[in-house]
Amino acid sequence: MSGHSTYEPKTGFTRWLDSRLPIIRLGYDSFVDYPTPKNLNYWYTFGGILSLCLITQIVTGLILAMHYVPHVDHAFNSVEHIMRDVNHGWLIRYVHANGASMFLFAVYMHMFRGLYYGSYKAPREVLWILGCVIYLLMMATAFMGYVLPWGQMSFHGAVVITNLLGAFPVVGESITTWLWGGFAVDNPTLNRFFSLHFLMPFMIAGVVILHVWALHVSGQNNPTGIDPKSKEDTVPFTPYATVKDGFAMVLFLILFSVFVFFQPNALGHADNYIPANPLVTPAHIVPEWYFLPFYAILRAVPDKLGGALLMFGAIGVLFILPWLDTSKVRSLRYRPTARVFFFLFVLTCLILGWCGGELPDKMVFQVGSTSAGDPIGLNFVWLSRIASAYYFAYFLIVMPVLGLIETPDAVPDSITASILDHSAEKKGLAHAG
Amino acid sequence: MADTVGEITPAGEDPSRRDFIHVATLAAAVGAVGSVVWPLVNQMNPSGDMLAMASLEFDLSKVADGSEVTIKWRGKPVFIRKRTAVEIAQAKADDNADLKDPAKDADRHKPGKAEWLILIGSCTHLGCVPTFGGGDWGGWFCPCHGSHYDTAGRIRKGPAPTNLALPEYAFLSDTKVKIG
Repeated sequence: MSGHSTYEPKTGFTRWLDSRLPIIRLGYDSFVDYPTPKNLNYWYTFGGILSLCLITQIVTGLILAMHYVPHVDHAFNSVEHIMRDVNHGWLIRYVHANGASMFLFAVYMHMFRGLYYGSYKAPREVLWILGCVIYLLMMATAFMGYVLPWGQMSFHGAVVITNLLGAFPVVGESITTWLWGGFAVDNPTLNRFFSLHFLMPFMIAGVVILHVWALHVSGQNNPTGIDPKSKEDTVPFTPYATVKDGFAMVLFLILFSVFVFFQPNALGHADNYIPANPLVTPAHIVPEWYFLPFYAILRAVPDKLGGALLMFGAIGVLFILPWLDTSKVRSLRYRPTARVFFFLFVLTCLILGWCGGELPDKMVFQVGSTSAGDPIGLNFVWLSRIASAYYFAYFLIVMPVLGLIETPDAVPDSITASILDHSAEKKGLAHAG
Repeated sequence: MADTVGEITPAGEDPSRRDFIHVATLAAAVGAVGSVVWPLVNQMNPSGDMLAMASLEFDLSKVADGSEVTIKWRGKPVFIRKRTAVEIAQAKADDNADLKDPAKDADRHKPGKAEWLILIGSCTHLGCVPTFGGGDWGGWFCPCHGSHYDTAGRIRKGPAPTNLALPEYAFLSDTKVKIG
């Protein structure tokens, strides 16, 4: 991986094992002696945090599966049974439910980090694509998990999302019937979603192994985007990265605990505490917060198939990102113009999230009324159209074109040089950095 | 490797015989894999008991003028609406309006039973259940993404592509209907 292994087994047993299955050597080379760029900042700690999230979800999920009943007649009550009767069931379920939000929050931080520092650029294309695959699997897992409590939001969320696939011409209806195992979302659907929700985290774990493998082949990117050139540019993973990751995990767990212990339902919807009723749709149906931007893109298009395609396209475009960015400089630290477009992109994602949670016809702001009394101004459907346009333009126009026409700032010679320049600046201008 | 293959092929033997064995082996393998995969895929399709729950009878005398009953059929809501004269007139008047999915009101109900409108109550956009009385056309309004349906269940505005679907049904008597 990083070339020569420096692991030396010290006891008779480890020497015996090392010549048969060098697993301790693999761990040592990957997580102890592995050289990491010495300038990694806290944005680089989300990878470790994400591993923690995955483990938390698998452990709590495994326990919940021991008490949950995947049947339309019992699912809702079995969740209430977990909350009220099972010892510490409330804690385990709240950790699992809020854990999903924390997991998605961390993955968005991780992805924006990758976007900002150009971590998707050569030679890390496969690393990035594996990350996109993990993200897709996470979304599918989160969606199916949300269906399991079989409340009103669970049920109608499942109806809306599975119907998206029905938008495809000719085969759409067969696909939805096949997915449902019937003519509507019903018991077969719940049962198979439970089965798949159980399986997918292990698929994620598998792809995570590939993701880490690819990471260790190309080496970590860093805030300068410059490859480490000498031993001076790196520090060993342990203790430097382990301690920094550990500290970030503690901070993250504090945030996690605030939700679990003080606001356990803040990220959910009250309607999901009403048992599923296929005959009545809640008046205001919205997905979980982490899907809102995509939901806004879906609703921005007045056509059923077009909306579904654009929504899937919003994720699909991430896969080809490494080939859309034409810039020779990796990190946006040295691309001031690109930085402006990037922050606009982040803002756009937040705006799309805001639009996804509001009714399409509601006004963002109103400047007057027509003679018929209709409001004049900007409504949420138009705001989401503008934002969707920028979302795609950022990847398909800004990235390819800007890389060719912009003039980036001077890139330092090495990681060490960038740090020395930085501290020299700091001495001259106190507190400027 | 290539050399040894050349050596073991007897001179003068038709090489297409070996090709045939390759193609036949591959075809058999594809067929075998396919016959194993298909049951694994097809098990997700509706099961026998799901298909058996196909029809249902309903007593119409329970439905008052201008009201609606929602029943569950094949896991989906079915609206049974007894329309008022005003609703019927409104629906007929719009027969030649600019419709996204053109249909005459007469084709939306059984002949001579204009008061009975029986529809599958899933929005044709993404399957939410529309509510009656909302919307700009006096019919149904879908709360999820804002599709408006008129008093014949025809799509008038919003993202839904088609009119509310009609289930297969028949009148057994004046007060009894069989759905499915």
